[in-house]
Amino acid sequence: MTEQGVLGAFASHAFLSGLSERHRMLLASGARPFTAAPGELLAQEGETAKTFDLIQAGHVALDLHTPDRGVVPIQTVGPGEIVGWSWLVPPHRWQFDCRAGDPVQGLAFDAEWLREKCEQDHELGYHLLKQLVAVIANRLAATRLQLLDIYK
Amino acid sequence: MHGKTNDKDRNVTPTLDKPREQFSPMLPTVVRVRDFRMETHDTFTLALDPPTALGTTYSFLPGQFNMLYGFGLGEVPISMSGDPAETGSVVHTIRAVGSVTRGLAKLRPGDPIGMRGPFGSSWPLEAARGGDVVLVTGGIGLAPLRPVLYHLLRHRDDYGRVALLYGARSSGDLLYRKELQAWQSRGDFQVLLTVDRADPSWRESIGLVTALFPRINFDPQRTVGMMCGPEVMMRFTLGEFEKRGVAADRLYLSLERNMQCAVGFCGHCQFGPNFVCMNGPVFRHDRIKAFFDVREA
Repeated sequence: MTEQGVLGAFASHAFLSGLSERHRMLLASGARPFTAAPGELLAQEGETAKTFDLIQAGHVALDLHTPDRGVVPIQTVGPGEIVGWSWLVPPHRWQFDCRAGDPVQGLAFDAEWLREKCEQDHELGYHLLKQLVAVIANRLAATRLQLLDIYK
Repeated sequence: MHGKTNDKDRNVTPTLDKPREQFSPMLPTVVRVRDFRMETHDTFTLALDPPTALGTTYSFLPGQFNMLYGFGLGEVPISMSGDPAETGSVVHTIRAVGSVTRGLAKLRPGDPIGMRGPFGSSWPLEAARGGDVVLVTGGIGLAPLRPVLYHLLRHRDDYGRVALLYGARSSGDLLYRKELQAWQSRGDFQVLLTVDRADPSWRESIGLVTALFPRINFDPQRTVGMMCGPEVMMRFTLGEFEKRGVAADRLYLSLERNMQCAVGFCGHCQFGPNFVCMNGPVFRHDRIKAFFDVREA
């Protein structure tokens, strides 16, 4: 994918809305397109979070392994969403398995590279952090409602 | 409807062949169960013969409800869940959660049941015409919205983009599974499913129904949103619509309260200045916002 193609993909991705042209160009220089086949693991619990992934197409399931119930899917994320924030939060280890539920297309950033850019440019870092906090807040609210068992 | 009965009353066999001379909204018409089907472990669908009293053809608007009377059990308000254009039977999907509904779950084809209705307000199908429609529902809440889907699909060209977002506790709790699959394969509207708890074989979404919003496109200026489900789900769904810029006067929700008389007499379902049975169950959000946000003691 060309840099123009990446910029086009950025424009339609909700997570990057509101990002300045300068920061879009910067991020486009470090974005790497990826695909994953159904069932393929994008990340494994406990391993170092080496990438930050934006999902463009398909769905990714976040799974937890339990001794008594085996693999328990906790949540899915889809187009316009992101996979995880472990890349930003020390000790930078995945807390869940991330598994493609169907054919997935996305853009990945090298975690170390992105953290470095955020340190160098606090405006970029603050923007990404604000977007991440919104995602975390939404997922926390959704998790609380799941715990409520509202359909009981 | 809940008056005292004596032994003599209990032994009275309901009469099916005597049309009443005068219509009374308080008097049930006795009809027969035509079909019974289990939908999930605790939810079932009853198709009833339409009432023929007064020689009129029974009809209803999507969103309206009937009062169903189980003999020796009592009466409950149940929304119609069938196709409003299909006049051959009156369909209700019911979750067996109380003494009356558990009793209704024992009915089988040929059994008599009392019915009053239709009552209440309906979904804004005319107001939605020409624009996008987003239906958000959870659990048994799909049942009162199914007539809307039948209408939208029958008049598909009259509407813009149509999306159904449906959440349930687990895949086994989803209603109308075969129909959902058929709708998903149509391609002319989006059907997104999500569950709170899934096993690894589940191929759709996991999480709250509001998490599906990023996956649909609609024009907030010309979208009508319709919601039915647990109130806490609707509260968060309203927030999602608000985030996307849909005005409160384009959002409709179906409320559930203790409805008994169904005609605004008894006051059991009073909701601010409204009676849910008479002014609802479908309300426009801006008209009830002040009361919807009030916490109950």
